[in-house]
Amino acid sequence: MVYVRLFWIFLRVSVISEFQYRVNFFVQLFQSALALGTGLVAMSLVFSYTQNLAGWTQPELLAVMGVHIIVGGLIKTIIQPNMNRLIEDIQEGTLDFALTKPADAQAIISVREFRIWQLIDLVLGSVVLGYAISQLSTSLGWLSALAFAAAVLLGGLMIYSVWLMLSVGAFWIIRADNFLEIFDSLYQAGRWPVSIYPGWLKHTLTFVLPIAFAVTLPAETLARQLNGQNLLFAVGLTILLLVVSRLFWRFGLRHYTGASA
Amino acid sequence: MKQHLDLYLTLLKTSIISQFQYRVAHLFWLLAMMVEPVVYLVVWGTIATSQGGSVAGYTAGTFAAYYITWTLVRQMNIALTPYAFENRIRKGRLSNELMRPIHPIHFDMSYFMSLKVVTIVLWLPIAGLLWWVFQPIFTFTAWWQIPAFILALLGGFVTRFLCLWALGLVTFWVTKVSAVFELYFTIELLLSGRLVPLAIMPAWVRDISQWLPFQWTFGFPIDVAVGTLTGPQVAWGLAMQAVWMLIAGGILALVWPHAVRRYSAVGA
Repeated sequence: MVYVRLFWIFLRVSVISEFQYRVNFFVQLFQSALALGTGLVAMSLVFSYTQNLAGWTQPELLAVMGVHIIVGGLIKTIIQPNMNRLIEDIQEGTLDFALTKPADAQAIISVREFRIWQLIDLVLGSVVLGYAISQLSTSLGWLSALAFAAAVLLGGLMIYSVWLMLSVGAFWIIRADNFLEIFDSLYQAGRWPVSIYPGWLKHTLTFVLPIAFAVTLPAETLARQLNGQNLLFAVGLTILLLVVSRLFWRFGLRHYTGASA
Repeated sequence: MKQHLDLYLTLLKTSIISQFQYRVAHLFWLLAMMVEPVVYLVVWGTIATSQGGSVAGYTAGTFAAYYITWTLVRQMNIALTPYAFENRIRKGRLSNELMRPIHPIHFDMSYFMSLKVVTIVLWLPIAGLLWWVFQPIFTFTAWWQIPAFILALLGGFVTRFLCLWALGLVTFWVTKVSAVFELYFTIELLLSGRLVPLAIMPAWVRDISQWLPFQWTFGFPIDVAVGTLTGPQVAWGLAMQAVWMLIAGGILALVWPHAVRRYSAVGA
């Protein structure tokens, strides 16, 4: 319960401080609109030459794009800013301030920052996704809506775990931000369904950086059909990643020497 | 002239040495940059195969040639981002550079040239790997293709470098510039041949991009290497690069004195 309150307090503080910079809302809106426009141009080019891409129709691909924007928005709202701050704190030794607080350190470092203007992507992505679904012939039951929400949540948790492990690398390698560069660009590959990629890339996007689970799977549950087996597998993998990243975090913490030590 | 040559040689030497210290960081960064073309390549290769072998004259093999050359051109294209001017102006860093008896653009130019030396060395093995995975097909028709490609590659870099430097000068007058740059880069992405070869674009887009600098810095050198251009077309492209260098360089020469007068550093 204490952690829910903690989360809430951090969220409120962030919102208050972000509201000081309201112009950023428009900057972000402009950026997101340009990115969306570019994505739509790429997609219309693809479909000016073909009816389907490796078995995916246009509305199905649009659904993937919508989910990609939504999950990307979630990452940029909460995961990325917190992990960037973690790396910065490890580099500069200011992690002490988080460690000395009387709550679980992992919980604190995961919820310190929120970039609320990034939530614009959540709205834009939902519009794209909604439009895609309206173009599909399949009808949506509450079961698939629920499965979709579960899949997004699981995907988010997986990405969080992997990102945490990469950031923990900063305890040994000072320039850990370079890994994140790779994550960022690999995430762009998730705009298209992972199944179109050659084996080596598909496996990287599935098991090394679980973008297949975070983007393609949720889109599939909505736009195609609910695959219970895959969802169950996602649950298992999420639990595994959460446990491993937790252990790795604690292992890394032992290598931390702090600012004054 | 000789003074500038000496300067460039010295700066290049020191900069290359210092950049090689960060070779692992450069390698990671280079690997990260490979994802974008691989994604385009997979998408368009898939379409070409499903459409009976080719789209707008491109087969899976020529798409591979296009996007593998893309990775080199992209590296060569990297120039000072106009965002850098914000930092220089707001924090007053420009003051140091203005004290020197040489135009600051030469320091930027030599820095980015040294970066190319480091990245090309690191790029070679990656390109070999891409070659092996995607099996590109280049059309080699004439001996001049290789010198023309090298010339187009260098011309593309200098043209883009000058355009971006000129664009960066906007920062001296406008404080919130990111929207302008953002728009510029989006148009560049679409019209340069970075997203797709321009042959894939509708005819009216090709007509417009004919009169803009973007495709001459990016798509043009790639097309020279892939071998889709005739001799006169290559000559025309090189001429267009020269024209844009003159335009951007002219704007720079005209605006720079006014920009410096606008500049007032803290403590100056």
